[in-house]
Amino acid sequence: MAKSKKGSKTKKFGLLAEYDSAAAIFHACEKVRDAGYKRWDSYTPFPVHNLDKAMGIKPSVLPWIVFACGMTGAASGMLLQWWSATIAYPLIIAGKPLFSFQAFVPVTFELGILFSAFGAVFGMLGLNKLPQYYHPLFNIARFARATDDRFFIAIEASDPKYDLDKTRKLLEGTDAVAVEEVDD
Amino acid sequence: MSAHHKKVSDIDEKTIEINKSTLWAKLPMIGAALAVVGFLVGFFAPGPGGVFAEDEHLWHAKQWTAYLNAFMFALSLGFGGLIFVIIQHLVRANWSIVVRRLAENAMFTLPFVALAGLPLLIGDTGQAVFEWMHVEEMVHDPMLQAKAAYLNKSAFGARYGLFLGLWGILSLLFWKWSRDQDKAKTTEAADALSYKQRFLAPIALIAFAMSMTFGAFDFMMSLDPHWFSTIFGVYYFAGIALTFHAFLVIVCFFLQRSGMLKGVVTPEHYHDLGKFMFGFTVFWTYIGFSQYFLIWYANIPEETGWFQYRAHGQWLSLSLLLIFGRFILPFFLLLRRGWKRNPNYLVWMAFFVVGMQFVDMFWLIQPPFAHHAASAAAKAGSPEVAEYFHTSITLTGADVGFFIGFTGLFLALFGWSLTTSKLVAIKDPRLEESLNHENF
Repeated sequence: MAKSKKGSKTKKFGLLAEYDSAAAIFHACEKVRDAGYKRWDSYTPFPVHNLDKAMGIKPSVLPWIVFACGMTGAASGMLLQWWSATIAYPLIIAGKPLFSFQAFVPVTFELGILFSAFGAVFGMLGLNKLPQYYHPLFNIARFARATDDRFFIAIEASDPKYDLDKTRKLLEGTDAVAVEEVDD
Repeated sequence: MSAHHKKVSDIDEKTIEINKSTLWAKLPMIGAALAVVGFLVGFFAPGPGGVFAEDEHLWHAKQWTAYLNAFMFALSLGFGGLIFVIIQHLVRANWSIVVRRLAENAMFTLPFVALAGLPLLIGDTGQAVFEWMHVEEMVHDPMLQAKAAYLNKSAFGARYGLFLGLWGILSLLFWKWSRDQDKAKTTEAADALSYKQRFLAPIALIAFAMSMTFGAFDFMMSLDPHWFSTIFGVYYFAGIALTFHAFLVIVCFFLQRSGMLKGVVTPEHYHDLGKFMFGFTVFWTYIGFSQYFLIWYANIPEETGWFQYRAHGQWLSLSLLLIFGRFILPFFLLLRRGWKRNPNYLVWMAFFVVGMQFVDMFWLIQPPFAHHAASAAAKAGSPEVAEYFHTSITLTGADVGFFIGFTGLFLALFGWSLTTSKLVAIKDPRLEESLNHENF
């Protein structure tokens, strides 16, 4: 802590490293992954295939959320129709039984799809902690180029393995164009 | 980006040719032997006795129903090959190039297996299964008279001839062009052959859609000539597409077990085939339910009859087996990504799906036979016999024999095509993309 040049009054978000090619960030990610960091992320202007493998990201739990939502949707669709057709408004239609499940299949199916879609969209937003109105990285001017032609890795100070000097050294050893500390 | 980018020149020649010391090299012979044994059993196995022993015509009808059942099953694999090849060219797919040659080999069987429809036009065999071919039935039935312009033997024969021609031309053209490409000396020549196939694809798609639909009408829907469903062709197609992706999984799996296609077909390709198996499982259900739903809702006797005689006794069990075995089970058992990427797991699902295609064909083709037998028995004044056909599935040596026979015929043709060319379209300009295909 004492080594920090500007005095350590302000809380730090972590370190940001900048790269000028997809290949560079790909190999950098492999190094950061192998060094055992857990709380870090990469930022690229376009999807870099297999970067998730280079980063060692585990498969998302999103499919389970979607599955649970889909099953809930289908079940609630069928239950809603069963309840309204047999208990709330028992009307005989076309001489068919009150509980004519065949007629309820389209709504059951559609609600299953609808809930799955909700689960996928809102589950994705939730897992990504979106929307976020503030992110420390936006304080860095050079980070704007993450939507244009530059690639970034940010390792957060809250990572148990984070150590300002060691982490900086690691990032500098990965062909980074620039490495800088980010205020929280 | 990935660790290792595969090149076409990296492919070991031995891995894309049938290894002569494996059973695959003998597949044409094995298939031919199965075909001979199967057809002998199918035609000459004794009937189950009882009613069948008393009524020669009834046994004849049962035999040809079993024949048609197995015929439609074997034909669906050939159809699957053709539509798979057409679609891959049409959308210019990269992922499927490493498995496309296997599909082309299955496609090759289509016109030859289709020839097996010929006996239904000779003599009185057609009458055994097709009610509308009986003149005496027709004169008493205004519905059959009204449909006579379409449902008569010469029109049936003419359409069948047209189908044979179309299926022959399409299958053999794609098959030949792809094989010619293997011998292409220059990349321009290879490109030209790819372009030719791509050009034919949309025309072939329309020809396939029409001929497959009307073929399904003629050979299966007309078994109950009073009933009609405009979605029937799509229903057959859904089964075809589903079954064919499963079939490809089986072929790839066992070729790899025998040491071929190593490093050529990867879990990425199995994943895609698995995704199509899942997708077409849902599609089949969607189509099957759509057909049922409208008929159930409208509740018009001339339409509901078709489902009515599939809803009693063992026929009901068969219908439920179809719902569980073709939708509920495979839907949940093909959901997870990891399962589809694991060939050892997926191959079991693939066998199950192909098996269910036979059950589906059984469900489409055999109930009309039982229904007609039941009506005839009721008319003749034997209610016990009518009740038997109403509630029981008759499984005979003919069913087993023709199933083995037609499977053998398919395997013989497929095996011959497989052993006489490379296992991969080696000169396809985009083969490298397919080798390195990844699902992100």
